[in-house]
Amino acid sequence: MSNRAKLFIPAVFFVAMLGLLFYGLGQNPNLVPSALVNRPLPEFSLPALFETNGVVGSEQLKGGIYLVNFWATWCAPCHVEHPYLVEISERETDITFVGVNYKDDVDDAREFLGERGNPFKLSLVDANGSLGIDFGVAGAPETFLVDQSGTIRYKHVGVIDNRVWDEVFVPLLAELR
Amino acid sequence: MLKYLFKRFALLLLAAVVMLPVFAAIEEIQFADEEQKARYQALIAELRCPMCLNSNLAGSDAPIAADLRAEIHEQILAGNSDDQILAFLVDRYGQFILYKPRLQAATALLWFAPPLLLLAGFFIMRRMLSNRRQLAAEQGSLSEQEQQRLQALLGNAGDSNTDKNDKNDDMTGANRG
Repeated sequence: MSNRAKLFIPAVFFVAMLGLLFYGLGQNPNLVPSALVNRPLPEFSLPALFETNGVVGSEQLKGGIYLVNFWATWCAPCHVEHPYLVEISERETDITFVGVNYKDDVDDAREFLGERGNPFKLSLVDANGSLGIDFGVAGAPETFLVDQSGTIRYKHVGVIDNRVWDEVFVPLLAELR
Repeated sequence: MLKYLFKRFALLLLAAVVMLPVFAAIEEIQFADEEQKARYQALIAELRCPMCLNSNLAGSDAPIAADLRAEIHEQILAGNSDDQILAFLVDRYGQFILYKPRLQAATALLWFAPPLLLLAGFFIMRRMLSNRRQLAAEQGSLSEQEQQRLQALLGNAGDSNTDKNDKNDDMTGANRG
């Protein structure tokens, strides 16, 4: 290589570094890869939100497509997400929506679903967040897509709205159906 | 006067001593022994909060960090080893939770890039220095023509030992010309 060409090596290196860092800026740092994707649903048995003395267990989530949503009334993004969940659950009738009321006041939670509509066919209470830890949840809302064999296929961190549903969930569901 | 100040200081000191346990009670966690406490402190210092990305469990106010601290505390009291606790958390939150990633195929680049880059830098620097030395040596050495002229001058100087005055005149003359 000529000496003249060598002079450009640092410049090329610098531009490549700049490109890499710029690419990094565009990435969402909150998108932490979930450890649970492609693993079976954690086993659990927790009190139901509505039926007194009722219990919801992981064995109830078998043989269909499930959407497990961690939510709480204290979580502002969950309020944003809620109308979308109601709308989507009415449309996608073959998916069972499961609501995990995460570290919340159960009376507030019942009132919230009573007033604004309940997208969940199954609702359970994770009062101390222990199920959240088993699911690797960092905060609400987080949503897990479970396939017919009881395997977690995808974890979504943050609000699900129509755009997220169409761009992320619809292609995944096409694979499962 | 002095007595009054001393009295006041003593009172302040007393207040501080009395209040000390009150402050400590905020983060007081019970352990069976000092070793357990040390393990707890080490674990929460080296584990990353899954919510806040850039702080450890010890330094985070996020609810999930408090939950995970409580989980680690419980597991230490239950007699689980550090490895068991780390495996439990990695199982749920992934490698992400470890500030010090494990050495694996996926993390090999992370571990080896810095020493490799250092080594590469060292070799590049060595080559540049030797190139420069070579260049300096080339520039420092005389061409054949110059060498001949030098020899001629030196030869003349050697002959002139006998008649110094004469030579000096010659030299000055040559210098002028």
